[in-house]
Amino acid sequence: MKRLTLLAALFAAPLSAQDSLPPAPYAYVQLPDAAQEAQAKALMETLRCLKCQGQSIADSDAPMAGDMRSAVRSRIAAGEQPEAVRTWLIERYGDYVSYAPQVTALTWPLFALPLVLLGLAGIVFRRRFARGSET
Amino acid sequence: MMEPPRKRRWWVFWVPLVLFVLFVQLVAWQLRHPAERNVVSAMIGKPLPSFTLRPAIPDRPGLAQTDYTSGKPRLLNVFASWCVPCAAEAPQLARLKALGANIDGVAIRDRQADVTRFLARYGNPFERIGADDVSAVQLALGSSGVPETFVIDGKGVIRYQHIGEIRAEHVPLLLDKLKEAGL
Repeated sequence: MKRLTLLAALFAAPLSAQDSLPPAPYAYVQLPDAAQEAQAKALMETLRCLKCQGQSIADSDAPMAGDMRSAVRSRIAAGEQPEAVRTWLIERYGDYVSYAPQVTALTWPLFALPLVLLGLAGIVFRRRFARGSET
Repeated sequence: MMEPPRKRRWWVFWVPLVLFVLFVQLVAWQLRHPAERNVVSAMIGKPLPSFTLRPAIPDRPGLAQTDYTSGKPRLLNVFASWCVPCAAEAPQLARLKALGANIDGVAIRDRQADVTRFLARYGNPFERIGADDVSAVQLALGSSGVPETFVIDGKGVIRYQHIGEIRAEHVPLLLDKLKEAGL
């Protein structure tokens, strides 16, 4: 009996783990204004889907991604700047929600390190070539 | 022609080796400690955003941000009838209610008939239930899934977020958080 229940749960769970409401108004509908839609599209491609964390909300068919797209498009349609919408989401979910790299107290070494390495490589090469020309 | 043997500095050998070993250790450590998958809300410590939700079922009122200024802390449970862990946590919500917690619900992307059936089957610990059809309040709270439970203090400030279903061992923790918030 226990095994049967487990088996039933195994098949029942995925069926019920999805809502049945229609998608939010702007989840799959573009904004009528082409310029605004382009702004929204560019922004949505740099926002993380929180349900399916490797994807952007522009890529995902998760219902929550649809609701996030609708929220983004509504805000852009209401005249908000894309970066203001991004800030609104970062205030709620932290930097993790945005794919756009930010230079902060925590992340600056990522941007500084390549420059440091290039500089070091330059010094090493100069020494090598200087030594080579002596012989 | 033989070149004269060059004087090798010790660090030419050791520094890259030490860096390499450190790198391997970092990779090994990260493999054993996978990154945190839960997205913690950045709204903790901030006041509830203003919202008004219509009632999700006829026999409970809807939910608004103004319901959280009564002076007593409350639990705000984000749930859905289509969410399996939400059914699993129902007994713990009932226990929290029995222990004195005031609980409100936000039903995410749900139909009235489905919520009614869900609550009839698993029990209804909620005083108010708002219907969030486009996850607007969920987004405003910084919640990224169902179920999640927020502790809201008597002034309407978000004090604590519990991500995922409430299991038996989480009940004392949530009661502590409610007491910290002034229960």
